[in-house]
Amino acid sequence: MEKEWKKQQPDGTITVRTCGWSPPGDHPVGCGMKLHIKDGKLVKVEGDPEHPISQGRLCVRCLTLPEYVHHPQRIIYPMKRVGKRGEDKWQRISWDEAMDIICDKIRHYTDNYGAESIIVFGGTGREACLYYYPLAFSSIGTPNCCYPLSGWSCYGPRCSITDYILGAGYPEIDFAGYYPDRYDNPNYKLPEYIVIWGKNPLMSNPDGFYGHSIIDMMKRGTKIICVDPRIHWLGTRAEHVLQLRPGTDTALALGLLNVIINEDLYDHEFVEKWTYGFEELKERVQEYPPEKVAEITWVPKEQIIEVARIIGTAKPCPIQWGLAVDENPNGVQLGHAILALIAITGNLDVPGGITIGPPAALMGKWRMETRSQLPDELWAKRIGAEEWPALSTAMATTHPDETLDTLETGKPYKLRMGWFNSTNFISATCSAQPDRWYRALQSLEFNVVQDTFMTPTAMAFADIFLPLPTFAEHDGVVLTHFGRNAIFMGAMNKAFEVGECKSDIEVCIELGKRLHPEHWPWDTAEEFFNDQLKPEFGFDFNDLREKGVFQPPYEYKKYEKGLLRFDGEPGFNTVTGMVELCSTLFEAWGEDPLPYYQEPHYSPYSTPELFKEYPFILTTGARAFTSFHSEHRQVPSLREITPDPIVEINPEAAEKLGIKDGDWVYLENMFGKCKQKVKLTKTINPKVVHASHGWWYPEKPAEEPSLFGVWESNINTLIPHKHIGKLGFGAPFKCLICKVYKAED
Amino acid sequence: MSQYGLLIDYEYCTGCHSCEVSCKNEKKLGRGVYGIKLAEIGPFEITPGNWEWNYIPSPTKLCDLCADRIEKGEKPACVLHCLGLAMDYGPVEELAKKMAAKGKKMVMFVP
Repeated sequence: MEKEWKKQQPDGTITVRTCGWSPPGDHPVGCGMKLHIKDGKLVKVEGDPEHPISQGRLCVRCLTLPEYVHHPQRIIYPMKRVGKRGEDKWQRISWDEAMDIICDKIRHYTDNYGAESIIVFGGTGREACLYYYPLAFSSIGTPNCCYPLSGWSCYGPRCSITDYILGAGYPEIDFAGYYPDRYDNPNYKLPEYIVIWGKNPLMSNPDGFYGHSIIDMMKRGTKIICVDPRIHWLGTRAEHVLQLRPGTDTALALGLLNVIINEDLYDHEFVEKWTYGFEELKERVQEYPPEKVAEITWVPKEQIIEVARIIGTAKPCPIQWGLAVDENPNGVQLGHAILALIAITGNLDVPGGITIGPPAALMGKWRMETRSQLPDELWAKRIGAEEWPALSTAMATTHPDETLDTLETGKPYKLRMGWFNSTNFISATCSAQPDRWYRALQSLEFNVVQDTFMTPTAMAFADIFLPLPTFAEHDGVVLTHFGRNAIFMGAMNKAFEVGECKSDIEVCIELGKRLHPEHWPWDTAEEFFNDQLKPEFGFDFNDLREKGVFQPPYEYKKYEKGLLRFDGEPGFNTVTGMVELCSTLFEAWGEDPLPYYQEPHYSPYSTPELFKEYPFILTTGARAFTSFHSEHRQVPSLREITPDPIVEINPEAAEKLGIKDGDWVYLENMFGKCKQKVKLTKTINPKVVHASHGWWYPEKPAEEPSLFGVWESNINTLIPHKHIGKLGFGAPFKCLICKVYKAED
Repeated sequence: MSQYGLLIDYEYCTGCHSCEVSCKNEKKLGRGVYGIKLAEIGPFEITPGNWEWNYIPSPTKLCDLCADRIEKGEKPACVLHCLGLAMDYGPVEELAKKMAAKGKKMVMFVP
């Protein structure tokens, strides 16, 4: 890429090259773009053709960034609440005043009740995912940092399963992202098939995987198999769609293993040399013959056998696992079974297969090590850590469901101060039963919110609002998979300023310097990044700006070369040093060491009586091009494309209920109800409905009780609290039941 | 001088709307006015498991094939930003050859 990253154009416009992250929200995808600034305003965003991954392509969320950046409702100065909570009454204050107020409160709660009475909540995807840990541990000094989604049902389970089964960083499809010349690189091999399981990467760009790489590979000849209850657009281009009953994925995975093992389609050499517990797994999968799995999953037996044969014989054939692994109380077993499928078919860490990061995250040293700045006795007070060791060993957070219990009961101690960093979780995003969280959070005495807009969560709870800059307004580093499998690293460049906003790292530094200066030797974000980059890569932040993008070299078959273990020995960084098809750790934590299928808690088979009253299987959370979870609803051009929350219903089912396309309906079950707009489509089974998440209405009244209409279309009110797996992971966001009826109001 | 056109490979148009929005940015168009607009055909099932679901962006009379950008040596805005890399710009003779070479799900527009 060109060295010059900032250019003055003849008409006075300044063009700044950058790699995007957040805010507004997205995963660390790092798409390349050029920001055009005129008279201090962002006037246009264009794709950067030089970027090796995005190659000039850019989605509508970045293309409309000027509407977001200069939106009249955006909060661009620190604010202090001057009315009651829930009233839209605020006063602009300086950063100094905000920091004085906040530091006084932190000292007050720490001195009187212990630092553990302060809790940091973090959202998903945004840069805050890196910085809310040091904010809690290092700047504030509390052990309680919480991702409030029931069962930690997003990414965390997959990372943890990978830690325990593979002892490696996140497994991702090899899309030649490590190579400047991409798919043409001689070390690369194009996947023959890709299995996309419970995921729609074209819209979600999951965790740094550039979604449309799937299209790049299809054009070169890769074939697609989808595992999904919905036939999405990509499904219509797939060789197979295994259109399963929501929540039955683990049975399907075990059925595929059954065929592959019994028909001897597995990689004997890999299994013998690098796996532990194959015989036990072989015995277990005998309980899942294709006929039985077909009955459970509603996928025809012949299709299960055919797809198993493809997975067993296609070379390479990576499986890309999606959020459906996390949002399922049976998800740990699903993730385990999928990793087993990848491993025994010889697709692990080979060209065109599944790549894995080393066990230590890239640039993760500083982030992880901040935990050790807390004294052991304080760290031991982390909520839910003792009760849920499988979660608290891999994740540095509290247990999300235990945290709600603690807020409600004051046990084992009362939480008094909240810090909401890039999270709007009373909307239908990072929580189950957000109405219950909303009531429980009332008990917090003082709250800080960091965001870009006054969200329902901020309106309900903020006492101090700290404005975040968008990625166009601050310096930073974006690295895919948060460093857990860093396909590339890009420089985020500050192009201009709006109001008085400070980025996550700037707030960490400023607060840290006041409260714990011993941990915070840096004065600026740039100094901080220099210190993180230089020892690991030998270049500093300015060098990264000039490179634009850095693609670290990739080594395949790391397990043969001693590159996965801290002791430098060959093998995997697990207890047995092997891929654990039978898990020693799961067993130690009281779980079955082998994958097994468990029927969803609520389903036509587990709760037949309830199913008579709630006769649809409810699945939620599919993504759209126009939003990132609860974000972007206030951007006019995006709202024009996606104006309403959509529930997908099969026309055959709708007809029986007298429901027509475009009708507003209520979805209701034992836990809650919400209102969405009907889209009739035959791509969904007549017994299944799919509802959208993340909806609130920035155009509706801000104050209580409306809170921007946050309760009207809030699908997460239908998801129960603490219906999680034995190890503490996975909640049924994608496998519940509900009824549907026309909304007459 | 050759006639120029837009080639669309609608096997791989994923319906992302980047063409619409980048065109609006380029031409500074207001709400409800388009230089190119996505049409959706389907989804419907032809035989079991065999689905038809196509997105096809159609340029309007506001499309001048980004003459200003072409003059600067850049691609038309829609072609550059298309997530599926499913759009191409060039002389119609060349585009026709590409259509024939692929042999399915291709459409050319001369706006």
